[in-house]
Amino acid sequence: MSSVHSVSAATADHAHEDHGAPVGWRRWVFATNHKDIGTLYLLFSLLMFFIGGAMAMIIRAELFQPGLQLVDPGFFNMMTTVHALIMVFGAVMPATVGLANWMLPLQVGAPDMALPRMNNFSFWLLVAAFTLLIMSLFVPGGGPAAGWTLYPPLVIQTGNSLPMAIFAIHLAGASSIMGSINIIVTIMNLRAPGMSLLKMPLFTWTWLITAYLLIAVMPVFAGAVTMVLTDHFFGTTFFSATGGGDPVLYQHVFWFFGHPEVYIMILPAFGIVSEIIPTFSRKPLFGYDAMVFATASIAFLSFIVWAHHMFTTGMPLAGEMFFMLSTMLIAVPTGVKVFNWTATMWRGSLSFEPPMLFSLSFLFLFTIGGLSGLMMSLAPVDFQYHDTYFIVAHFHYVLVPGAVFGIMAGVYYWLPKWTGHMYSMTLAKWHFWLSTIFVNVLFFPQHFLGLAGMPRRIPDYATQFAEFNMISSIGAFGFGLSQLLFAYIIWSCVRGGEKASDKVWDSADPKGLEWTVPSPAPHHTFDVPPVVK
Amino acid sequence: MSKTLKYSAVAAALGTLHAGPALAAWEMNLRVGVTELSREIHGLHMMVLWICVAIAAAVFGVMIYSIVRFRRSNHPEPATFSHNTKAEIIWTVIPVIILVAMAIPAAETLIKIEDTRNSELTIKVTGYQWKWHYDYIGHGVNFFSALDKVSNAARQPNSGVNPKDVENYLLAVDNPLVVPVDTKVRVLLTAGDVLHAWWVPDFGMKKDAIPGFVNEIWFKADVPGTYRGQCAELCGRDHGFMPVVVEVRSKEDYAAWLAKKQAAAAPAADPAPAAAPAATAANVPANTLTIDGATASVAKAE
Repeated sequence: MSSVHSVSAATADHAHEDHGAPVGWRRWVFATNHKDIGTLYLLFSLLMFFIGGAMAMIIRAELFQPGLQLVDPGFFNMMTTVHALIMVFGAVMPATVGLANWMLPLQVGAPDMALPRMNNFSFWLLVAAFTLLIMSLFVPGGGPAAGWTLYPPLVIQTGNSLPMAIFAIHLAGASSIMGSINIIVTIMNLRAPGMSLLKMPLFTWTWLITAYLLIAVMPVFAGAVTMVLTDHFFGTTFFSATGGGDPVLYQHVFWFFGHPEVYIMILPAFGIVSEIIPTFSRKPLFGYDAMVFATASIAFLSFIVWAHHMFTTGMPLAGEMFFMLSTMLIAVPTGVKVFNWTATMWRGSLSFEPPMLFSLSFLFLFTIGGLSGLMMSLAPVDFQYHDTYFIVAHFHYVLVPGAVFGIMAGVYYWLPKWTGHMYSMTLAKWHFWLSTIFVNVLFFPQHFLGLAGMPRRIPDYATQFAEFNMISSIGAFGFGLSQLLFAYIIWSCVRGGEKASDKVWDSADPKGLEWTVPSPAPHHTFDVPPVVK
Repeated sequence: MSKTLKYSAVAAALGTLHAGPALAAWEMNLRVGVTELSREIHGLHMMVLWICVAIAAAVFGVMIYSIVRFRRSNHPEPATFSHNTKAEIIWTVIPVIILVAMAIPAAETLIKIEDTRNSELTIKVTGYQWKWHYDYIGHGVNFFSALDKVSNAARQPNSGVNPKDVENYLLAVDNPLVVPVDTKVRVLLTAGDVLHAWWVPDFGMKKDAIPGFVNEIWFKADVPGTYRGQCAELCGRDHGFMPVVVEVRSKEDYAAWLAKKQAAAAPAADPAPAAAPAATAANVPANTLTIDGATASVAKAE
């Protein structure tokens, strides 16, 4: 890993300030500074996390007991659909982009992102996208209700919200593509002298790979939903057998996007915990090169496994075999990562500050999600698991205690660097324990429900599923409420608190250029590039 | 032997053909089911589950040991190593071996699942929003199957009916599919509007019903009883309310049931001369029908 040779005048006020940084609302609306845009992304994603979370609460409240008590089944379907779209495209992805904006220039020793104005545009496009998506819930015919995968022919039955949802996806996709271009250009061109690719911090590495995935697949998704749009409004029949099309074609195109998409959400979290575990183990990351190559292998494999989401669509035997075997292969590089994180802790000197706690929770619970993923890679058994709560449990394990806990670990790791204040360790540890306990109460029983035969996306269920659903809902309410604590901790850390040192985690002596600048990080950093040995 | 299977066996022994396996609360594992395939799938599931439990126990064990043993208060001086080629090779190769060991039996079962040859009865299943249509190909019997009235009344918003007082709440239909025991039944799946998926957990198999296309699965139930499942592919507002119920009866009972159904269908068909080809088709043994024939009948239905 890199070490800092010298940082000179990196943080002093600089002539660039002369033309005046905008203040007040202009600072945010016209933001071009990577730190301000990072903050905007992070706050936006937190807002979306609560909106999407509120929808999840509606879902779990309806499922608290059998029978329909609270919502209409049609509205229930809107909630499952929009909850997922908001969490995937509005909460998890923008959170990782926000972290990238804040941290990549600091980690590679760049003064800012390479394309600051495009950076501003990508953020505000996202706001437009989600305004449109949320508005779509209130138009005649109601919001999109065909599931976040938007499978035709069902999606064609959507009312006036269909074009709104599709344009929202187009805007969010354009935003992601621009964000990715910015990240790639920044990493490729603005690294400090001496920082070769294999000296880059792991978070930078995982984001570089993520950005390539995004550029590769977002246009594919945009294409798929555009074909839905023309099927609905312009008489094409891409996905309708009546005109020679095929509904399953959509699924192939969608999952060619959709599978890399799940790695787009998890790879930055891999990067974050790869920073945090070595810091609080006081020991270098085990197998740095292997970590980079494992990440790249996972990214490559993500392009050739998509149809494991479609085993029940009736593929030829050879297709089922191929996708079963290629999917199983992913266990190898993923295993390497888990083993390397464990080996990093081995014979270290571990302390358990909130970022480390969330990283450890990530390590355990993501592994559970990974193992259930291995189970469903076996096509014959997936015929039973498919479209049940077992799948719901699996992907929530990799996305909530996986991606979301990774993001929270990152926030707790770097928050003092952003605000200049330490947050309350006691409250953060409360947040950790409440989240970790409730996330398991919420999602673990869903494995049982799925195996016992409960299909996903149903608003009401047979009475033998009542017990585990009630437990799951109690976990959901607990988990949802615990997140208010997260918002409070961030808010109070922004407002004040004990002064954070430059290194923030002095006792752990974190490595990396971001810890060489003062806390809070000044508006402009690395005007003169640091030299990395 | 699982609880489910025991219940089924007891039910069969008593000749209470309409009593299905008890649907108990707190059920937390995959059902063993009543077909050869479902038992094989259950075996695969248990194998991979235990492999995963063993892997998790080993990995979590090392993690917990590290957390306890190498905490800062106990181990203040960290080691500095960051590579160990031997260890890295071992933990790359061992997973590959485990994967191969899992892939072989999985591939064998997969091949068996996809072998729909030599079926003795072919039933075309068509999904609609929100009911199933069953067509006994070549036997002149077809009917719709929808959520039964009691469940349907109870599931209305704030119906005032406690679902726990309704027998087989949401898992009961007006006209169940009836099939003979120990018979290889081929199910041809299609849909009339949007995607659906036909799923009976005890048969170990689900597959999508896709408008304009025909999918096929097969099952051969060896324990008489009533088996319940649900539509497993989101199909709109009432997706949660289109159960699948299959009654597996003895061959004699099935023959009697079929004859009754045919008799009920015949008088209505008699006056219409157009029904003649259908009557001829009824005499053709099911297993001589080809996929092409089935496709043609789908096209006709649409």
